[in-house]
Amino acid sequence: MHPRFRASLLATALLALPALSPAAAPSFPSTYQPVASGPVLITDATVLTGDGRRLEGADVLMQGGKVAAVGTDLQAEGATVVDGRGKWVTPGIIDVHSHLGVYPAPGALAHQDGNEMTAPVTAQVWAEHAVWPQDPGFAAALAGGVTSMMILPGSANLIGGRGVVLKNVPAVTMQEMKFPGAPHSVKMACGENPKRVYGGRGQSPMTRMGNLAGYRAAFIEAQKYRQAWDKYEASQRSEGRKKKGAGNGEPPARDLRLDTLAGVLRGEISVQIHCYRADEMALMMDLAKEFDFRIAAFHHGVEAYKLADRMAEEGICGALWADWWGFKMEAYDGIQENIALVDRPKNSCAIVHSDSSEGIQRLNQEAAKVMGRGERLGLSLPPEHAIRWLTSNAAKAIGVDGVTGTLAEGKMADVVLWNGNPFSVYALAEKVYVDGALLYDRKDPARQPVSDFMLGQEVSP
Amino acid sequence: MKRLILAIALLATLPAAAQDLLVRNATVHTAGAAGTLKNHDVLAQGGVVRAVGPGLAAPAGVTVVDAKGRPLTPGLFGGLTGLGIEEVSGEPSTVDGGLALGAMQPAHEGSSWRPEFDVDVAFNPHSAAIGVNRVEGITFTVLAPSALPGGSFVAGQGSAVLLDGRYDAALPGTRSLFVNLGSDSSPLSGGSRAGQWMLLEQAVTEARSGTSDGLLTRAGRAAVAKYLGGGRVVFHVDRAADIRQVLAFAKKNGMAPVIVGGAESWRVAAELKAANAVVLVDALANLPGNFDGLGSSLETAARLHRAGVRVGFSQRGDATHNARKQRQLAGNAVAHGLPWDAALAGLTSVPAQAFGLQQRGRIEVGQRADLVLWSGDPLEVSTFAEQVWFEGKPASMRSRQTELRDRYLAPAGALPRAYPGG
Repeated sequence: MHPRFRASLLATALLALPALSPAAAPSFPSTYQPVASGPVLITDATVLTGDGRRLEGADVLMQGGKVAAVGTDLQAEGATVVDGRGKWVTPGIIDVHSHLGVYPAPGALAHQDGNEMTAPVTAQVWAEHAVWPQDPGFAAALAGGVTSMMILPGSANLIGGRGVVLKNVPAVTMQEMKFPGAPHSVKMACGENPKRVYGGRGQSPMTRMGNLAGYRAAFIEAQKYRQAWDKYEASQRSEGRKKKGAGNGEPPARDLRLDTLAGVLRGEISVQIHCYRADEMALMMDLAKEFDFRIAAFHHGVEAYKLADRMAEEGICGALWADWWGFKMEAYDGIQENIALVDRPKNSCAIVHSDSSEGIQRLNQEAAKVMGRGERLGLSLPPEHAIRWLTSNAAKAIGVDGVTGTLAEGKMADVVLWNGNPFSVYALAEKVYVDGALLYDRKDPARQPVSDFMLGQEVSP
Repeated sequence: MKRLILAIALLATLPAAAQDLLVRNATVHTAGAAGTLKNHDVLAQGGVVRAVGPGLAAPAGVTVVDAKGRPLTPGLFGGLTGLGIEEVSGEPSTVDGGLALGAMQPAHEGSSWRPEFDVDVAFNPHSAAIGVNRVEGITFTVLAPSALPGGSFVAGQGSAVLLDGRYDAALPGTRSLFVNLGSDSSPLSGGSRAGQWMLLEQAVTEARSGTSDGLLTRAGRAAVAKYLGGGRVVFHVDRAADIRQVLAFAKKNGMAPVIVGGAESWRVAAELKAANAVVLVDALANLPGNFDGLGSSLETAARLHRAGVRVGFSQRGDATHNARKQRQLAGNAVAHGLPWDAALAGLTSVPAQAFGLQQRGRIEVGQRADLVLWSGDPLEVSTFAEQVWFEGKPASMRSRQTELRDRYLAPAGALPRAYPGG
């Protein structure tokens, strides 16, 4: 995670002050409460910690919703003991690119809530306002070991709106799933989609030239807006020092669209860019320099392998598919070694993402494809390394690496117990814990959530 | 990398036209009655498997490959795809998979129902998408026309094609008619699935009578007539109730049905078994894409198999470029209860038989020697095809993607990467 996000997370937590800037006041706050759970001790398993270590015959203790210890011969009074012999333990899987809830199943007309295709810049819309918690895809992803995910708006627009990080817990409201303290993201899109959608209507952008002009115009506006607010806030502070209750200057008119973009410029909102081609990713890197913001991750990036060194140098993650390609021109140069090659440089940040209600259920298998292809090239990609693509690297890209993504003591006990090496087509998640609570158990139907939508569909007359 | 170089070296030592092949010491997954044979050899001469057994003698001039115990399977089925008729899905100029006369400008005169439409003649064996999937062990596919807005839900015809690069790739006797049913096709049947049956009945009536009521051309009536009385018709259909309608319609008209999709097929497994229907499932599709698939399950393949229904695999979306993903479907079906041998059969012998390929899909004496040697379990996602053979001839294991990979794998040189050896 870029230090700037980290700083802002902290700032958001501390700022119980009256609205300094529009983005500082949390709207639609998380009401997430972990499901109550007693201590759980998984014993004698192969443990992938998510930070590069693999421990054989190790125990994992979860207590108070946190990872309490990882080691051998752990003891815990009153803990539910789970025999992990022959099984593997990993941190919960994190998908940084999902449209669950905003493009739910079934794909009804009434459910098309992921793309506000009314203007090329719709930074004012928030994916979280369209998440349908009853999407059966959430439960299916949980059975695949997914404990957190970032729900993004679609890619029809240059700047499509804000994304939200959710914990994968069955809930009635989005707020009950909202990951506490996670920063918002903004979804941007390069290339074919925006220019096809708007160019087809005779509007800008009609070309990739129009795409870049569109981002730049939006950020120029955002700079002005941010300056106006900065000026106002500074005046409030200096007035405040002179006399209590002062600050007579009128605040600038609030604009939801520019709130988001100013949040990007302040480093409070992570930037997630749908971008396939290497040349376009390089342009976006320059755009980020022009307006002084950081890119957290390029998503899809089927040509990221052509730019892997630069991405690593600039600290940009690559959230990628193992093998999707060819469905449009900008996806024509996809190769199955993409993730392995993005992972290769020092300080890289490779991530396996899904963008799919099918793929999210088996990100472990997608990673296994990459391992096989990479090892064929002579790269060393053992399980303890590859698991980072699904856990710690993903957590970093969405700004939650301080609290989940590895099995470090004190982190959220988001944990998966697999029936074997997870990097296999035959591997299945047996038990999935979110904040220490057993929310999925393959062997216990009483621990398998069924969404309201699916409830009763199987009932026979 | 070392392994890769070895594979290339192996290929380079083979005479270009070699058709005679002896693969030694393989774990031979026959996909037939013999099941799996450990430490067996397979001899192919003249493109045909001549012997399967342990310790076979090598005839003079035969190319010998030591499998070192690795798995050897028949060439895999890529599912119903647009391989060779669809290069870049989103680029209309590269896609020939569907007919939409009703969408033409200026307006097309006459019916947009053209079941005589046959995609075989659009097949391009040099498509990069074919090479990409060939090196992953995909040796044949069935060209499935698409039902498009402005066309008909009777999408047209297509054949099984061999993916070895030959121009005349359509395999004799495999031509099938494709019918897409259910809610996805409702816009093409007046907004109701009942309209699909009304129009199908009309088409059959026109074909039988030879006279037009305005739906079919003369060629269209002749095309449909060929499928009445024993023809193979592929129905894309998901809802259990619709599948029952298909079985009744097929029986009445003497059609051999192949069910594709079949999200709820497990609910009517007994009827499918009784009709001797084959079902091609997407074993990864467990979420309802629409209300036709509320019964979608990861266990569909296993349940059908237990009921005695022949099960193969085909993907729902992006099937063309991702044909290589077929074995992931099979592997997941195994993880959810399908026996391993049945899963391999679903990638080989079941689809071969379903589409009338008597001489492909198994490793048995008399079968065409379409073979794949694997680095490990062919249903595992981390393994890969070491070598593919078509009728005993080794295929190039290079593709546009291996070229791209190797260009960017190498460290940057003095010249830009665009130069050979740069």
